[in-house]
Amino acid sequence: MFQLDPLFSRIAADPLAYARQWKADTGCPVIGTLCSYAPEEIIAAAGGLPLRLLTTGAGDQGADAHLQAYSCSLVRGALSDWLQGRLAALDGTVFAHTCDSMQRLSDIWRLASRDRFHADVLWPATVTAPGAEAYGVELLKDFAAAYGRYFNTDVDDSALTSTVRLYNRIRGRLRQLYALRRERPGLVPGRDWLAVMRAAMVMDRQALAEALDAMAAALAEQSAPAFEGKRLVLAGGVCEAPAIYEIIEGAGGEVVWDDLCTGWRYAAGQIEETEEVWTALARRYLRRSVCPAKHAGLTSRADELIAAARQAQADGVIFLYLKFCDPHLFDYPYLKQRLGDAGLPCLMVELEEPRAAAGQLRTRCEAFIEML
Amino acid sequence: MTGDPARERRKIRCVSRMKEIMTRYYIEAKTAADNGRKVAWITSGGPVEPLIAMDVIPVYPENHGAMIGAAKMGRDLCEKAEAMGYSSDLCAYARADIGAAPIDGGPIGGLPRPDMLVCCNNICGTVLKWYEIQARAFDVPLFVLDTPVCHTGCSDAARRYVAGQIREYIGFLEAVCGRPMDYERMAAVGRLSIEGQRLWQAVLDTAIHRPAPLSAFDAFFHLALIVTLRGTQTAVDYYRELLAEMRQRIAEGIGAVAEERYRLLWDNLPIWYRTRWLSERFAAHGACLVADTYTSAWCSSLPYLDENDFIASMAEGYTRIYLNLGIDQMAEAVIGMIDKYAVDGLVMHSNRSCKPYSLGQHDIQRIVAERRGLPTLMIEADMVDPRAFSESQVETRIDAFMEMIKARGPRGEGA
Ligand code: SF4
Ligand code: SF4
Repeated sequence: MFQLDPLFSRIAADPLAYARQWKADTGCPVIGTLCSYAPEEIIAAAGGLPLRLLTTGAGDQGADAHLQAYSCSLVRGALSDWLQGRLAALDGTVFAHTCDSMQRLSDIWRLASRDRFHADVLWPATVTAPGAEAYGVELLKDFAAAYGRYFNTDVDDSALTSTVRLYNRIRGRLRQLYALRRERPGLVPGRDWLAVMRAAMVMDRQALAEALDAMAAALAEQSAPAFEGKRLVLAGGVCEAPAIYEIIEGAGGEVVWDDLCTGWRYAAGQIEETEEVWTALARRYLRRSVCPAKHAGLTSRADELIAAARQAQADGVIFLYLKFCDPHLFDYPYLKQRLGDAGLPCLMVELEEPRAAAGQLRTRCEAFIEML
Repeated sequence: MTGDPARERRKIRCVSRMKEIMTRYYIEAKTAADNGRKVAWITSGGPVEPLIAMDVIPVYPENHGAMIGAAKMGRDLCEKAEAMGYSSDLCAYARADIGAAPIDGGPIGGLPRPDMLVCCNNICGTVLKWYEIQARAFDVPLFVLDTPVCHTGCSDAARRYVAGQIREYIGFLEAVCGRPMDYERMAAVGRLSIEGQRLWQAVLDTAIHRPAPLSAFDAFFHLALIVTLRGTQTAVDYYRELLAEMRQRIAEGIGAVAEERYRLLWDNLPIWYRTRWLSERFAAHGACLVADTYTSAWCSSLPYLDENDFIASMAEGYTRIYLNLGIDQMAEAVIGMIDKYAVDGLVMHSNRSCKPYSLGQHDIQRIVAERRGLPTLMIEADMVDPRAFSESQVETRIDAFMEMIKARGPRGEGA
């Protein structure tokens, strides 16, 4: 049986405790990020620890003073964590412009945190615009310069080049695990998979690369029992509903692929090591699997999802959305139609409070899997 | 009621002229194909001037959304979009448009079919998704003008990026229209655009006077031309006429409300299906909403526009519009208006349709309270979808707010 490195579960259970320890050990800054478009490579190259923020699950007290009820639970929960001091370990936060709610959260966050580093990395919304790449390179350099000024450090090309190599190694491993997940469903239980992905966005990246190497080596020797159940793709933004995996597995399904911001979209996209490093880095962000808040053509999201589902021989797709998430909710009718045309059934679940949604998820997912 | 002479005197005469112009404009747009002209659907914050210069008729789904709201057809059309699978939490302009398009719904029997779509995300990310949907539905080309948010400013890199896209935009129009841009005409349109915006600002500024000759509710109506026909002689002529009428009203002491004792500032989009009710509710308390952050947004980037080199100044002008700024800069603008129009309080429409306008209002409210000590009324609603509006609740809140304002006394008097 596959045994998950307990380090992953420990970090996933309490990312901030890990960050505090890391900071005490290294004396280096911990930088919160709110989106997979935050250029982690630059933070890591400057010696910082990029830490992807989800919500701590402690609720959204205090958020009402700044945000109306029609903002998603991620935006509200993260702000509450910040205001209530649960993110005291952070030395700064980096926002990457995506949706309208995040855009305003950045402003609110900035006004509430004058003594910390704050940056907005304003990637193009049209990632395919002819000028997007030149602009992308400039904004990465602007970000590195702002970071360097604040923390009195410097991101030189050679540090960035070696960090890029490290990230390629990490993402390459993650993609290898994704392929395994597709080929041998059930080899890594969903709960463990979630822990690995969560930890991957938190851990010291050198240590992460080593842990992933070890995991891949251990898995190479494992065989999974032949899988006869339903093969599912999980799609959406952030996945903060750990219950979903157990529910799917309990109903005789397996998640064989995902299209999540905290999943494949983080792992996707190699950085070309033969190209000039800043350009290569910008290209990776602009060309990687696209988020619905960005524009890469009229059909790209559907094309990509269908191709991935086919390659994973999926029986169906489950969309897991946060309530009030505009970009995803706008995409849904078209994706549903295209999946239907491709003979792929789908289920959409909109969650107000994903951590507390087990009951709602169970009824709907079980009925869906049964129908497949 | 029709016999009330004071009420008759308060009516703005230009209203009928405006209705005429808008009717003619929509007839022209709806018969464009018969006359060999092209139609572009464009977002309200989008760069319309190149379309005018290329003789393309711009059509605004958001203006259509406002008409749908005012005609109280919002609920029905939003429900149609929901039946198509769109969440009821999405922007009601988008929902109403998506619901109306396949059935030619709405008060004018639908919008003319677009030959192209032009989407500028300087107002929100919603329009990007909305225009993707319509570009697929109509199978027409989409041009996106991407204007990075100015959280704390506009970087040189962003300015260059947008400037490059303006050039691509013109190339896009030339390709769709099959003829080159006439740059002399473009320069003339740019000058008319700036002139129109200045006149619109001058119209709004007449409300500095006590009593204000027009209210925000009037501005919501007269706004249509600076949005749809910006860059035309028609808009310039119209606002000149409207400005003259406002000056005349000032000379004759005619106010927008019967007895203006309190002056308020409105924030966010109008509640289209309830503008009259709201204006009467406030007027009953002797309160006039003398200004608003919404209609003034169409002249908010005047400082960045250059009438002698319009094309070059467009990048910054279209990037630095009100909704594309950080909320601290928005708060500065609000404070500027509070001072300019000498208002006694702030009325914020917390509009569940529009996240970029509404999220952050609490912070702006706090900044205004700290800096100017002004009270704020927060009205929970939606600009088009009446299901989010509770008349009794709003009424109670307005009454309580006005009691508070009255207890404080008018700010401008005797000060
Ligand atoms: S879940 Fe959706 S609404 Fe919330 S921050 Fe992410 S993209 Fe924005
Ligand atoms: S109302 Fe707001 S969200 Fe809707 S289109 Fe306008 S700016 Fe965008």
